[in-house]
Amino acid sequence: MDITVNILLTIATAATPLLIAAIGELVVERSGVLNLGVEGMMIVGAVGGFGAGYLTGSPWIGLLAAIIVGALFSLLFAVMTLSLATNQVATGLSLTLLGLGLSGMIGTSFVGQPGVRLPNLDIPGISSIPVVGKLVFGQDPVFYISIALTAAVMWFLFKTRTGLTLRSIGDSHTSAHALGIKVIRYRYLAVIFGGACAGLAGGHLSLVYTPQWVENMSAGRGWIALALVVFASWRPWRVLAGAYIFGAVWIGQLHAQAFGIPVPSQFLSSLPYLATVVVLVLISRNKRLTMMNTPASLGQPFVPDR
Amino acid sequence: MSANHDRANLLEVRGLTKIFGTLTACDHIDLNIAKGEIHALLGENGAGKSTLVKMLFGSLEPNSGEIFWDGKPVKITSPGAAKKLGIGMVFQHFSLFEALTAAENIALSLNDGSPISSIAAKARALSYSYGLPLDPDSLVGDLSVGERQRIEIIRCLLQTPQLIILDEPTSVLTPQEADKLFETLERLRAEGKSILYISHRLEEVKRICDRATVLRHGKVVGHCNPRQETAASLARMMVGSEVKAVVRAPAEGIETAPALLEIRSLSRKPATPFAIPLKNINLTVRAGEVIGIAGVAGNGQGEFFESVSGEVLQQDTGSVRIRGKDAGGLSITGRRLMGAAFVPEERLGHGAAPRMKLSENLLLSRHATDGKSFVGSGGMVKNSAVYSAAQRIITAMDVRKSAPDPEAAALSGGNLQKFIVGRELDRKPSVMIVNQPTWGVDAGAAAHIRQALIELARSGSAVLVISQDLDELFELSDAIAVMHNGELSTPLPIAEATFERIGLLMGGAEPGHAEHRMEVA
Repeated sequence: MDITVNILLTIATAATPLLIAAIGELVVERSGVLNLGVEGMMIVGAVGGFGAGYLTGSPWIGLLAAIIVGALFSLLFAVMTLSLATNQVATGLSLTLLGLGLSGMIGTSFVGQPGVRLPNLDIPGISSIPVVGKLVFGQDPVFYISIALTAAVMWFLFKTRTGLTLRSIGDSHTSAHALGIKVIRYRYLAVIFGGACAGLAGGHLSLVYTPQWVENMSAGRGWIALALVVFASWRPWRVLAGAYIFGAVWIGQLHAQAFGIPVPSQFLSSLPYLATVVVLVLISRNKRLTMMNTPASLGQPFVPDR
Repeated sequence: MSANHDRANLLEVRGLTKIFGTLTACDHIDLNIAKGEIHALLGENGAGKSTLVKMLFGSLEPNSGEIFWDGKPVKITSPGAAKKLGIGMVFQHFSLFEALTAAENIALSLNDGSPISSIAAKARALSYSYGLPLDPDSLVGDLSVGERQRIEIIRCLLQTPQLIILDEPTSVLTPQEADKLFETLERLRAEGKSILYISHRLEEVKRICDRATVLRHGKVVGHCNPRQETAASLARMMVGSEVKAVVRAPAEGIETAPALLEIRSLSRKPATPFAIPLKNINLTVRAGEVIGIAGVAGNGQGEFFESVSGEVLQQDTGSVRIRGKDAGGLSITGRRLMGAAFVPEERLGHGAAPRMKLSENLLLSRHATDGKSFVGSGGMVKNSAVYSAAQRIITAMDVRKSAPDPEAAALSGGNLQKFIVGRELDRKPSVMIVNQPTWGVDAGAAAHIRQALIELARSGSAVLVISQDLDELFELSDAIAVMHNGELSTPLPIAEATFERIGLLMGGAEPGHAEHRMEVA
């Protein structure tokens, strides 16, 4: 029983950073901007979060720092692609390269240092109820944030006027501009939100998942988050499903490897990617629905003629 | 309606100027629009009409000049500011979001924060009261162009504007739908609203407009009362010189001429969720004749052109036959080698590579058919042969340009179109298929292109023209077929075709049936 609960807890921990980064990128892409710098924003969030936590001794300040660093880093991308209308793909890729290099440089003195960890939620009496207590009331705070964030983004995109405006910009920025919508301003806010989310996801890695600093500790999670957004056809609940499928198969194959199942470990390591893609492709079979949810102006620079 | 001159001006424009680089798109434009009048803005493509209305709607910033609204000077800095003043706009290229519903599209342009459900109800009520029925929950991507325009108009009316700007509103409507629009406009005028009506269709302007301002090369060349002018005198004002009428000699012996292009039971499944399927299309074009295909945009013409030109291959190779041989399985090059030539709708990016020179564009489309003269041994391009062929086309079609061999994108739309049509005509193809031959082309160039197409047919080729412009089809064609919702009617010989009969077919009525009502209660 305890083993099952522990496995479920590790799945949630593995899925949380993917979910947060992907939800942030979903909002960015819904506004029509393709930011391939998720990996970079995540890793600077991780090093910023670890550093602030290590220096102040407070994991909460660390988490806040991770968010701010991620947002600031995305602002660089926003200025380049939105104000200067550079190519979004190239700018996003260089943001990732810059982030990886910068974090390695900043983090040299943090390597091997003991980090601080965000404490799990602990409600006396309730968190100790078997199974449910631990799963529902005993996880780390970022887990709750990720679930709340997903629900909030769903509500924002599909129930509010501002969300509708954001989606309309992603569908056609020229039409939106013709209606007098401030395309660039919306996109700035979306990109910064995406950066804050990626930073938070990075903070989760260095303050919860493995509370220490290791170079390249994001280990491609930013790319997985990016892929999740596309395969989930830009729908939040599918991103949630995708993140947890990935997390579950990831943890499952780790256990399988530990048990020594006679299957090549390389195959097992590739399973999470394969399973996530297959499942998400299967649920996105409805072409029409996919078409409706695909931001048509994704990746195109917008230069208003004046 | 001469009483209009006594009414107060709602909008006054003084010396409005907009300069793009070296081009003065609008040069000291003066314009007065009175309360309760329909004011026409006339001019050829490139005369500066769109630039002027974009400045009035705040999406472009004038370099100099003044705008007075109700007698007070105003600066219109954004579309939002224009809306606040009471200016509404119905765009030529729709500014709708395909992936959203009609109600969501309307909600986006209203800034009052009311819930979408109440906007949907308001839109439904307003649309029925103006006789423009609308289902607010339908997805824009699923709607016809005419229906999309209704959304634009309803969206504009919901903002209760004092001045409504309509940019080429009837170019996407059937004649019957246009009548409906004119009724709506007259009703709005009766309510005291002002309308700025942009068009190059002179009969329409004569019918509904009280005054007209004519633009040419960015300057105002005259104000007039269109009702006292003739279509010819208005055209002369717009163009600045007489427009040569197209001459179409009667076709003789067509019935016995060989069929050069045959389409047999051509069907195609929709490629994307919003595309139109083609349903069992049959058509024969014989040597010596021009067949026109009419239809409201988005009824499958694009899909049809792709299938016939070979951009999309057919399963059934016999569904497209060129000069008596099956061509359905052949690519564009294969079909060209059989003697066919194609001019697609989109000039830049489809008909021509924008950043390549005219001679290079010539080589791109004719390297296979003219392999011997353009490509030498070892696959080396004979640049001088290509260059002189390009110059031959430029002279034959009277293409006006700034350099000997400019990039395609450097030409104006009309001149590039002349080059693209000329490039195909120069081959003397036995089958010529043209989609929208003169879309956005000025009157002089259009007449030139039309005349060339007729002459090609009379010299023994089969010509198929797909167009949304009914006037053009009536000028060119020996018979007109209508495409509606992926189906093609049997061609009506030009002697039997009238605007009304074609219009009914465009609206979806079967030949011989009673008038089809578009309204659904």
